[in-house]
Amino acid sequence: MIDYTSLSDFGLGWLEASGPHADIVLSTRVRLARNLQGHAFSGRIREAEREQIFDRVRRACDRTLVKGGITLDLSALAPLSRRVLLERHLISRELAGDGEEGPARGAGLVVGPRDAVGVMINEEDHLRLQVLLSGLRLREAYQTVDRLDEDLGTQIPFAYHQQYGFLTSCPTNAGTGLRASILIHLPGLVLTKEIGRILQGITQVGLTFRGLYGEGSEVVGNFFQISNQTTLGKSEDDLIEHLEKIVGQVIQYETRARRVLIRDAPTVIEDKIWRAYGLLRYARSLSFDEVMNLLSGVRLGVSMNLLSGLRVYTLNKIMIYAQQAHLEQAAGRTLTEAERDAHRAVYVRRILAEEGDVRAESSPEGDEV
Amino acid sequence: MLCDNCGQNEAIIHLTHIEDNNFTTKHLCEDCAAVNGLQPGDANVNFPLTDFLAQVGKTPTETPANQPCPFCGLKFEEFKKAGRLGCPHCYTSFEPNLKLLMRRLHGAVQHAGKVYLPPNPTNSQQQERLDGLRRKLSRAVEREDFERAAEIRDMIRQLEGAGQ
Repeated sequence: MIDYTSLSDFGLGWLEASGPHADIVLSTRVRLARNLQGHAFSGRIREAEREQIFDRVRRACDRTLVKGGITLDLSALAPLSRRVLLERHLISRELAGDGEEGPARGAGLVVGPRDAVGVMINEEDHLRLQVLLSGLRLREAYQTVDRLDEDLGTQIPFAYHQQYGFLTSCPTNAGTGLRASILIHLPGLVLTKEIGRILQGITQVGLTFRGLYGEGSEVVGNFFQISNQTTLGKSEDDLIEHLEKIVGQVIQYETRARRVLIRDAPTVIEDKIWRAYGLLRYARSLSFDEVMNLLSGVRLGVSMNLLSGLRVYTLNKIMIYAQQAHLEQAAGRTLTEAERDAHRAVYVRRILAEEGDVRAESSPEGDEV
Repeated sequence: MLCDNCGQNEAIIHLTHIEDNNFTTKHLCEDCAAVNGLQPGDANVNFPLTDFLAQVGKTPTETPANQPCPFCGLKFEEFKKAGRLGCPHCYTSFEPNLKLLMRRLHGAVQHAGKVYLPPNPTNSQQQERLDGLRRKLSRAVEREDFERAAEIRDMIRQLEGAGQ
């Protein structure tokens, strides 16, 4: 089998940093959970049935908008490749399986030719249809995944109940099976210490927030995932619209916080941003969390036009390629933690030299010597 | 990753502390976290399923807790531990308990989203679907989302055309 994970941009269309508010909202993801009628859910299903489902879905995908894409059998994939897919947010931890052993047979991933859209097979639910786009594009993402759902659902009978809607392994997903989430960068609200209040507000309006890598993960680099909490009782359009509205408000608060910061503490903010850039540009050893936190400062600088010549795309790319599995794939071997930090620093220095060699501009007072 | 405190057990709790814009993260094992008064899930206040499940068991219900789902054999007690159902039929097998849970989780017990149109639909399934699309259409008009309304109108026309 060809190892598509070694293709440098496989599944990474969402890094392009296009779309509305792409400097603040990294990505939009919408997924639909679906299960096949006549089979037990993933936790109690037999292996032979998992393989049947994999084949059936793979064939059905050929008559949908993901036709001509790539299908991966994850149980046959090398552990490193699975970790690369995980780091690219193309598969979940559950689908990647544990360590060397990996997932049981039948675990699969279909990625469409335009790679923004795909299907995870035999995850917590038999099917997880997903769309991942750059920037804030909730409606577009939902419409695409809805089309895929229509095309699959008319070929394969889904488990559906008139009262409970689409039936899922965990009742928290039943009904629409829809989870829409956006990955948002909120350094302004963190610096002004308003973030707690905002996040609390989010949970009070039926939304939920998480760290960068989903359920249970911690907040790194001021990145937050905001998504709908409930899936039953509201229509898909209403869920999407509500999230879009609240995210719009969060963006406004963030923008206002940034204005306050640059007005009241310009030197502190500029110093933070330039220090972050300087460390990334010249450090010889960087942990991943450190990179994420420094990128947060640099991203803020780019977004506020304080660092010219650097693109959001470059920053997004570093976020992905400075992760452990990506570094090991590039090195062609397993790396110790110390080696990893050194390789990471080399990578970041090289990319910034090639794509983001920012020249220091004169300070606001014009007193540069 | 090993626990920052004892250095022996696997760290399962990652406590991020933000103060004066500084992030400090402590990685603790379950035992050391417990000494500090932390439990797994503390950081995850948004996911109330386990709390709900614990309460569900205390409520008198019609389904005996040890009666398994006739289709997949899952017992409600097992679901309460793992949080995952065994098969689509579990939704009806455990209906009284589950309905209560769904109300607590979602604040609703009636699906209001897409009406599913299976392969080779019956007439009544087509009719339900049409009704669902019409509800969607009027919501889109209410929201003044005319682009979406036009799309839904096309879907209705297509279905009506196919039915004739």
